[in-house]
Amino acid sequence: MLKTKDVTVQFGGLTALSKLNIEVEENQIVGLIGPNGAGKTTAFNVITGVYKPTSGKVYFEDNDISGKKPNEITKCGIARTFQNIRLFKDLTVLENIQIAEHLRIKSSLPSAILGFSSYKNEEKEMHERAISLLEEVGLLDNIKDKASSLPYGKQRKLEIARALATRPKLLLLDEPAAGMNQSETMQFISFIEELKRKHKISVLMIEHHMQLVMGICEKIWVLDYGKEIAKGLPKEVQGNKAVIEAYLGVD
Amino acid sequence: MKNRQDMLYRVFFIGLLFLSLFYLQKTMDSYAVRIINLCGIYIILALGLNLINGFTGLFSLGHAGFMAIGAYTSAILTMPENVKVVNFFMKPMNGFLVEANAPFVVALVIAMIVSGLIALLIGIPALRLRDDYLAIATLGFSEIIRVVFTNTYSVTNGALGLKMIPTFTNIWWSWGSAVLVILFMFSFSKSSFGRAVKAIREDEVAAEAMGIDLFKTKLLAFVIGSAFAGLGGALLGNLIGTIDPALFRFTLTFNILLIVVIGGMGSISGSVIAAVIVTVMMEALRFLDESVKIGGYIIEGIPGLRMVVFSLILMIVVIFYSEGLMGKKELSIDSLKEFGKSVKARKIHHRAQQKDVKKNA
Repeated sequence: MLKTKDVTVQFGGLTALSKLNIEVEENQIVGLIGPNGAGKTTAFNVITGVYKPTSGKVYFEDNDISGKKPNEITKCGIARTFQNIRLFKDLTVLENIQIAEHLRIKSSLPSAILGFSSYKNEEKEMHERAISLLEEVGLLDNIKDKASSLPYGKQRKLEIARALATRPKLLLLDEPAAGMNQSETMQFISFIEELKRKHKISVLMIEHHMQLVMGICEKIWVLDYGKEIAKGLPKEVQGNKAVIEAYLGVD
Repeated sequence: MKNRQDMLYRVFFIGLLFLSLFYLQKTMDSYAVRIINLCGIYIILALGLNLINGFTGLFSLGHAGFMAIGAYTSAILTMPENVKVVNFFMKPMNGFLVEANAPFVVALVIAMIVSGLIALLIGIPALRLRDDYLAIATLGFSEIIRVVFTNTYSVTNGALGLKMIPTFTNIWWSWGSAVLVILFMFSFSKSSFGRAVKAIREDEVAAEAMGIDLFKTKLLAFVIGSAFAGLGGALLGNLIGTIDPALFRFTLTFNILLIVVIGGMGSISGSVIAAVIVTVMMEALRFLDESVKIGGYIIEGIPGLRMVVFSLILMIVVIFYSEGLMGKKELSIDSLKEFGKSVKARKIHHRAQQKDVKKNA
């Protein structure tokens, strides 16, 4: 489904990513781990079009998407969340979701302004879909609240719901469990698994919570200094010597 | 059901507005009527700038330039041929333009279209810039327009300006247009397109990641806002009857920006209220510019003191009410009802508290 082929990103003389080859298959949850500064978020930014790869290509469903603009890539079916939550803070929870539905709108601006029935129906559909998404993630009681007024955990959930509202096939989560405690993390695992099942999506996530990564991911890629140092099943990665060295350092 | 009720309220309010305008026009002198006209025009101008700066979060300072384009377009289209010939004594007017003539409605629409098209041309390169860079680019554009209009004698009559423009603008034109623009803005801000625009204001990176085409959406807001500036400029030209390039200096943009900031960036009702307040005050404070006699002493008037007062008001607003009068909120039937409820709730709460106090005593 998603495939990066020898993707390299350089900022001046600094190589943030070199020859990255990640693969995500349909209905798979894949983890991307590595120490700080390993290039995980850079990998996300290349996949979502924020950066252009210096060399190499990104393929999504066999189409070359490298060099496309972020909004075009979202339209293709890749949605993301951000490491430091980026909600539309001053807008309501409901509006946050509805904005993510805008990219699929068919009506034109004049029909929206003049309130034609074609637009009204579409708006109604968007509203219903937003409501059902919010119900699913448990934010139905907050729909009229400002996004910034939500507690941290709910903001995380809202950001995921907003990404889902773009109707993605692949969801990229950048440290979704940051700041969660043990029991919250366990809840989060079942939350993600349920989303995957219900929406038939694949998930690629960056995470530092080893418990979460080992518990949920079917496949794991490990990066260090922009290079892939290991990949495979959670168990294989756990025992890998290079991985242990990268995390703990070498004597 | 709710929609029908909203519709009724809307029709009722617009009806009431026009009835009171009709009454004012009958009873007020021509000076007051002119101020009422200016209020309507400033509402249009402020909403245009609010759409760009307040709703979309762009920082444009080119409003006066687009107003100039609208004003000149409409003036040239509405002036009769003989008036044009009299006006252009330095250098004859371009033959095609001498014959160009259109009814006022058509002239207004063309003024909007021309301003919108030029905004499109300016926007395509300028909207790639961010924040202050965009502000400088649009400000530069506005000044360029003014300089161009000062030098194109065969089109604009240069620095001499246009005189004897038919004064078609009356309360019905200015407030009719204002009501249409207000309705447009409410409809737009509630629509999916309005939400997309607000998303860009809140967080560009997130908006783009959610599939919103930044460039197209920004361009849309910029073009519509500038077209409103063109409409306002056209109405202004046909109200005062004389226009010249010096009228469209940066201070004009500043006045409109003042209204938008005082009313609240991103609030339609805020802009409407502030437009009326500022326009009326601008006239009411005129005495500040004139000499004042206090107990035998004559204090010489300082022309422009009015604007100092406005600058002070702006500073106070920015420091103490950084959100403006309305913030991003709107005045609506629902919000009034809710306000009423909260007042009632507070009263009940207050009474209950007093009872408690008595009991305890």
